[in-house]
Order: sequence, then C-alpha cells, then structure tokens
Amino acid sequence: MRPGCAWWTDWLCGLGRVALLAREAFGSLLRGRAGWRDVLYQIYFMGVKSQSVILITGAFTGMVLAAQTFFQFHKVKMDTATLAVVSVSMCSELGPVLTGLMVAGRVGAAIAAELGTMRVTEQIDALRTLATHPVDYLVVPRLLAAHIALPLLTAEAITVGIGAGYLVGVGLLGIDAAYAWHNMLRYTGAVDVIMGLIKAVIYGGIVALVGCYKGLNCGLGAEGVGRATTEAVVVASISILVANFFLTLGLTPLLTALGL
Amino acid sequence: MIEVRHLTKRFGSQTVLDGVNLRIECGESLVIIGRSGGGKSVLLKHLIGLLQPDAGAVLVDGQDITYMDERSLLQVRRKFGMLFQSAALFDSLSVAENVAFAFRNRRDLTPGEIARRVSEALELVDLPGIEHKRPAELSGGMRKRVGLARAIVYRPEILLYDEPTSGLDPIVADSIDQLIMRIRDCLRVTSVVVTHDMRSARRVGHRVAMLHEGRIYAVGSTEEIFASTDPVLRRFIDGISDPKHPDF
Repeated sequence: MRPGCAWWTDWLCGLGRVALLAREAFGSLLRGRAGWRDVLYQIYFMGVKSQSVILITGAFTGMVLAAQTFFQFHKVKMDTATLAVVSVSMCSELGPVLTGLMVAGRVGAAIAAELGTMRVTEQIDALRTLATHPVDYLVVPRLLAAHIALPLLTAEAITVGIGAGYLVGVGLLGIDAAYAWHNMLRYTGAVDVIMGLIKAVIYGGIVALVGCYKGLNCGLGAEGVGRATTEAVVVASISILVANFFLTLGLTPLLTALGL
Repeated sequence: MIEVRHLTKRFGSQTVLDGVNLRIECGESLVIIGRSGGGKSVLLKHLIGLLQPDAGAVLVDGQDITYMDERSLLQVRRKFGMLFQSAALFDSLSVAENVAFAFRNRRDLTPGEIARRVSEALELVDLPGIEHKRPAELSGGMRKRVGLARAIVYRPEILLYDEPTSGLDPIVADSIDQLIMRIRDCLRVTSVVVTHDMRSARRVGHRVAMLHEGRIYAVGSTEEIFASTDPVLRRFIDGISDPKHPDF
C-alpha cells in the first residue's frame, strides 16, 4: 500500500468501527438491555448540568444575530423582518448546531475521558469479567440520554435565543413589536422547528457515539486518555458541521414533500 | 477444567506468548510465575476471553472460547471471578454497589438478599461495615480485598488473581495470601494466581508453572518447583540477576 493511503485506511477503519458500535448499541437498545437508572442519570448529567452553557450560548447567539440582522436590514427599511430571520436561523440551523457543538465540548469530552480512564484502569475488563457487556452498561445509556437530552436542550436554546433576540430587537433597537412578532410567525414554519429537532436527535447520537468510541478505544496512560478526549471533541464537532450541511440539503425537500 | 493449547499472542512485532500449553484441573490452585512483562497477565486474560490469541485455543470445561463472540463469552464468564492487579473497582460506585455489581440484572434476588450477600462477602475478606465507602477512600490492600469480595460474591467456579500482592507491604500481602487460601478451601474454587512474589507462590499454589520466553518452561508441584536445581528456575526463585546478561 502506498504510504499516502495510510490515513485514509485508518479513517475508513475508524468509521467502520463506529458503525459496528452503533449497530451493537442500537441492537442492545431495542432489546431493552439499558438500565433506566443509568439512562436517567445520564440525562441529568447531559441535560441539567449543561443548562448554563446552553442558556448563555442560546441567549448571546440570538442577541448578536438580532443586532447584526437589524443593522443590515435597517439599510433597506426591513427592520420588522429581523425577528423572522432570527427565528428561522435559530430553529433550523444555529439552535441545533451550536447546542451540538457545546454538548460535544462538554459531554463528548467527559464521556471520552471517563470511558478512557475506565479502560486504562482495567475497569472495562472488570465489567466484562462480571458478565456485563460494556456497550449495554456504558454506551447505550449515554446514547439514549443524548438522543433525549439534545432535542430538549436545542428547544431551550431556540426559545432563549428568540427571546433574547426579541429583547434586543424590540427593547434595544426599537423594532415595532407587533410587526416583528407577526413576521416571525409568518415566516417561521413547523418545518424549521421539526428540522432543528431532527438534527438535534442526530447530533446527540454523534456526540455520544464518538465520545464512547474514542473512550473505549483510547491509548494507554494519561496521554492516551488526553488524546482520546481531544479527538472526541474535534471529531464530533467536525461531524456535526459536515452532517448539518447534508441534513439541511436532504431534510428541507423531504419535510416540504411531507407537507410540513 | 481449563486447557490452553499452543497459545500464541503477538503485540505488533513482539511475540509475548509463543505456543503455550497448560492444563488446569478442577479445584486445584495453580500459580503462574515469570519475569515482569513476560506475558503472565496476558495468559490470564486469555483464560477468561479478555484477549483473543493469534493462534491456539483455550477450552473451558471442554468448550472452545477462543473465537467466541462477546455476548456468548458473557455466559462463560459467569463461571469466573477475577481480581485485577489494580483491583479495578468502579470509581463511580460505592463499595456495596461494586460488590453487588454482578447482581444488577438479577430479578430473582430481592434488595435485602443482595445486601446480605454483599455483607457476607465483605466479612469473608475481613472488611465488614464499609459498604457505604467509595473506592477512593480505601487503601491499596482494602481495594484488593473489595475486588476479591466482588469476584467471589456470586460464587464462581474459577478465580483468577492477577498479581494479588503486588504493591502491598509484607503484612498486607500476607493477609491477602491467607485470604486466597481461605477462599480456595472454603469455596472449593479452582484458583489461578499470577505472581512474581515467591513467598506467595509457595503458600497459595498446589502447582506452579513458570512462563519463560513466551512458553511454559516448567510445571510441577510447588515442592518440586521450589526444590528444582534448574538454573533458570533457581535464578528466578532466588532472585539473582545475571551480570553478563543484564535483562532490564
């Protein structure tokens, strides 16, 4: 094999292993092997403990988006369309993507570090000797929790972002509240909200699967755990950004065809 | 009964096990000795299917586990208990939760019954009343004892010990040895102990096997091995390095 091909084959092997992990995890999920206490704890860890990050991200994104849109629209006397832009952007793109990225940074890193440490301290081997499949005990609760927590966090980020955008637009920049509200409702469709939530479910899967994969396959020692953590955040973030493009391209015509 | 046939394991270009043959009978206590990094723990992990060999086979009660998938292996592993070198307690769980871990999916046991069995296991390892503590609050010797309680609480047929006395002071190491002997005699389990602690090997083993250069170099009763005049065995048992070939 040519030396230049090595990283391609590594990348493809990694992708294949993540796919196998996903198959194993979804198989386990469907057979009900996850413990509900573990799932609830993970929802708490991913959802409740991410509140401050999501609130700040959502609020400031909505505010800056409202301000920047207003500055451009004001030149062409379209001030009252500002909130519509904020709303559509937050629902279909910025809400799910930024929530996904923030959760990838906070939760993806934590998953990779925790599972990586368990691997290097032989705790994963101990699980296996106690007749427990690591996927059932470690991956499935995190995957299921991420699938549930991410849409909820995204909905929260969208709501806070639009609210903060409204406060900046109406309260600070002087946009007419009635027209702004009317335009926002007129141009924001169910399709935007549904697309955002579908994306969030998928990003939840990406964050959990990448974090678990990197943790379960990390190298030895503290260096291995550190590298796995960094890689989990980088790979999950890039995957979210790439997936976002294809999801927008695929979901928009699909949801429109479904009459939403 | 465990049978290891022509087991070979390589990590990259390094051959760690090179055609190991070994037979462990029911109820016996076998000690595997050998140099650090010589593949003792690797061999132990093959016995329970934690590692897959490059060649050869491992049979547990006549069942070939060599290329069994992970889900089928989980059933075989119910026969085993294992004490890890670092104890490998789950940090996020209390001592009681660690010891009761094997019962987490057992619907036939009530919480009261589980608590009773946890308490019994902890008493057997001389650590009663520490159920509520976290692994981080325990000393090295206590961690190993809790690891042992976790391994015996569900009454396995075979117990594997990976360096049970490493990193412990002589008094704690002695108490661990006594514990291994007590468990061996009380529960009548098959024990496989990996160690390079000669005092421990002499006390806990019915038989001793020496792993040297990837192969079983010698195997025999504890008395035979410790009385052997073979230069490789003697050097290892007496802890004498070779100044002409310093292998560190």
